[in-house]
Amino acid sequence: MSKSQLTYFYYKLVNRPHLVLGSVCLLILGFLVLTPLLEIIKDSLSVQSYDIAYLPEADIGEFTLFHYERVFTGPLSKALLINPLLNSIGIGICVTLIGVSIGTILAWLIVRTNIRYKGVFGTLAVVPYMMPSWVLALAWLSLFKNDRIGGAEGIFTYFFGILPPNWISYGFFPIVVCLSLHYYAYGYLLMSGALASVDSELEDAGAICGMNRRQRMLRITIPLLLPALGSAIVLTFIRILGTFGTPALLGLPVRFYTFSTQIYASLNASNNGDAYVLALVLIATAITCIWINGRVLGVRKSFVTLTGKGFRSREIDLGAWRWVATSGVALFLAATVFLPLMILLWESLLIVPGDYHLENFTLEYWIGDGSIDETYGEPGVFQSDNILSSLWNSIKLGLSAAFFNGIIGLLVGYAVVRGRGHLLSKWLEGVAFAPYIFPSIAFGAIYIGMFSTSWGPVPALYGTFTILVLITVVKNLPFTSRTGIAAMLQIDKSIEETARVQGIRWIKRMVRIVIPLSFSGLVSGMLLTFITAMRELSLIILLISPSNMVLTGLLFNYNEQDMSQHAGAVTLLLTVIIITGSILARMVSGGFGLSALKNG
Amino acid sequence: MEQIKLRGIKKSYGKEMAVQDVDLTVNPGDFLTILGPSGCGKTTLLRAIAGLEEPDEGEIQFGDRIVFSRKQGVIIPPENRNVGFIFQSYALWPHMTVEQNVTLALKEKKLSSAEVESRLKNSLEMVQLETYRKRYPSELSGGQQQRVAVSRLIALQSKILLMDEPLSNLDAKLRTEMRAELKRLHRELEATTVYVTHDQTEALTLSDIVVVMNKGLVMQSGTPYDIYHHPDNIFVAEFIGDPQNNFFKGQIVEKNGQLHLDCQEIVFPMKNRYSSNSRKVIATVRPENINVSFQEQKDWFKVTLKSVQPTGANTILQVKLGTTKITLLQPEFIRMKLGEPLWVSFDPESLNFFDEETGKNLHL
Repeated sequence: MSKSQLTYFYYKLVNRPHLVLGSVCLLILGFLVLTPLLEIIKDSLSVQSYDIAYLPEADIGEFTLFHYERVFTGPLSKALLINPLLNSIGIGICVTLIGVSIGTILAWLIVRTNIRYKGVFGTLAVVPYMMPSWVLALAWLSLFKNDRIGGAEGIFTYFFGILPPNWISYGFFPIVVCLSLHYYAYGYLLMSGALASVDSELEDAGAICGMNRRQRMLRITIPLLLPALGSAIVLTFIRILGTFGTPALLGLPVRFYTFSTQIYASLNASNNGDAYVLALVLIATAITCIWINGRVLGVRKSFVTLTGKGFRSREIDLGAWRWVATSGVALFLAATVFLPLMILLWESLLIVPGDYHLENFTLEYWIGDGSIDETYGEPGVFQSDNILSSLWNSIKLGLSAAFFNGIIGLLVGYAVVRGRGHLLSKWLEGVAFAPYIFPSIAFGAIYIGMFSTSWGPVPALYGTFTILVLITVVKNLPFTSRTGIAAMLQIDKSIEETARVQGIRWIKRMVRIVIPLSFSGLVSGMLLTFITAMRELSLIILLISPSNMVLTGLLFNYNEQDMSQHAGAVTLLLTVIIITGSILARMVSGGFGLSALKNG
Repeated sequence: MEQIKLRGIKKSYGKEMAVQDVDLTVNPGDFLTILGPSGCGKTTLLRAIAGLEEPDEGEIQFGDRIVFSRKQGVIIPPENRNVGFIFQSYALWPHMTVEQNVTLALKEKKLSSAEVESRLKNSLEMVQLETYRKRYPSELSGGQQQRVAVSRLIALQSKILLMDEPLSNLDAKLRTEMRAELKRLHRELEATTVYVTHDQTEALTLSDIVVVMNKGLVMQSGTPYDIYHHPDNIFVAEFIGDPQNNFFKGQIVEKNGQLHLDCQEIVFPMKNRYSSNSRKVIATVRPENINVSFQEQKDWFKVTLKSVQPTGANTILQVKLGTTKITLLQPEFIRMKLGEPLWVSFDPESLNFFDEETGKNLHL
């Protein structure tokens, strides 16, 4: 290649900052997302130190199919693979059906009918999404705990004197109930968006063609919503497969294992090989689900097209049912949002667990110094260095993950949108979405394997705060890069080009034009990361240690040690902080005074 | 004032050739318009001059400075080309006030604040927006937004101005007004200007030179007068002019030692000796250049009136001579009944003859 050609290509590259940026992002994300996957595939195929007991002749690191044989065909296969898999899939199917149904009905009532208090209901319906998913599990334990695992019995036994049977207290049934009452919020979010964008005129057109109300529903509205419903089902299902907190709290006491708790148990026993094989099975299951969804719905990704034109969304008059529906929704939301929190508050105020008399009430667990015997020497929430430092860690984690996620999401969005039509743009979009298919617990397992020793220029990160930030940022990338792409698509190319021809450099263009114009998208992406990071347990449970303890991890420990007052108090604290934080963020981004953008 | 020189510019998107081998020179201080139907490559060419697109081949020169050369491996990025550019959408920054929109680039150039202020004041005065400094773009009308874009351009004091259909988003009345302003501006700034449009009225009224493009090729480049009266080829003859040129297809025949173009109902005497091999020729004549009489004239063609469209100062008449349709343009408001007879005749001087196969003007 001649010199002039070289300089030509050099200039060509310099002239396309989005390509340079995109390549850098692709390299880093590829390293953070794809190499871990290769790493655990490699580890699952080689002899680990744990295996030496079984394979005395083998050397560590040698190639072996031992783990696969053990998991798939060995005598332990039923306990390691089949039972947890069936449990997980059973839970996944039940929760998805119940959760998405509740979410859809709620979305339909709030978006399309003349039910009262829409605003309040709409806000309350997404609160479960902000709460940690195991809040309900904790509340359930307080309500229905029996004498199976020792400690005090629950409220139900206290008032009625009957011990609930095991199947109510632990295992499949309560896990399904608690997860359903959490994940309906996710279904609601997805479906209310889709419902709000179905033009009522399409239904009116059906009416003009002589269809009755039932036919319009079956032939027009539901088919239009199918793609959204399909993705709601698949996305919820995958999340449930990877969820850890609830199955751990309600399943482990009775040795009821799901896939995620089995991976946790294997890793806890330092049996990494088995854990990685299981994690790979989980990832394969998730990919299969996405693939099936894609095949069934095919190219009809979405019928709902946003034209930017306004359209009417006519409310359906519920008539006499209006008040029935209103009170039904009110009761449901009270039971899923307020009741669990009230129970946990109550729990946190008891000196001796299980005794719900007024004389037994105390504020020791909130403000005490740990001097009374019943607290096991643990000071109250606001006195405990342990809790306050974990709280600080959680907030730090939430804020730093939000910050990095916002920036990276924006840069990925920029590189993807400006590079549209380029292969690089496609790859980058794909890699940024990839963390979605890794179930949280599996992703945590991958990162242990990846960062427990130093890896090239990257030092060993196990037990550090950095690894928590890193994994949270990567795991949330699918969401923030989506918001980044959406925000960038709204900025016309010429807005930036006009700055170019006026001699404004790339950095300055980003700072003065691109970032301010995508600010509200940026904030909502950051807010989402903040909420997720604060309440995250499945993802980081394997990565936390006393040195980088966060509130959710501490909570899990309190619960394992049957310290229900502390667990309740910490959960309440966390929930209050998350909700306050999201309200604050909304106020800041809403009140930023970018009213000028509306018509721009 | 700076010269712009394009040599051998080629640009394709995938298999589609957007610009195929264009040579173009814009003389210092000229107002040159690139005119053509949508998809003809005119915007690509303009963006290539600004540096927003990189041609696959060729060379672009501003004065003595080479800003792009595939051969020498030079690509000066748009940031350093120092051109003014007006986009069709105005591309104002919606989150900045008028003042910030105009001064952002000036501050980036590290000009003194006194200089920035004086350029801001001067440029806003030129577009009569002094009182709108603190407004946001969304608080301005379309015409005012357009003027902000223009004042942003003035403040930069570029020697080269590029405009991409800047008037197409305005309503008809505002467009006429802004057209006059742009012409005044070009005179005052003395900048070499390249203007892209699909509107021939804009092209003819504004330009020193008009370049007509089609399918990525330059069809003709010349003064508005030449483009209108002496089109180089059938495409230009068809594209320029509203109402459109009249076309008459015919065969060359020889009668009594004199050449004629026989178009069945009409026969045009050919002025010069015809020297091409092709026998098929197309004659064109502008609607306003056909002589019209409302009384019978000897040796004129009798035609019948098929439609009357008065536009105020002018009237467009559609008439038929046997089966041949002819369009006429009369500089008056005509009220006539359909079906009435008229008499028309053609001056040999106002006729253009084209070879039907090559589409080229025969310049007879």
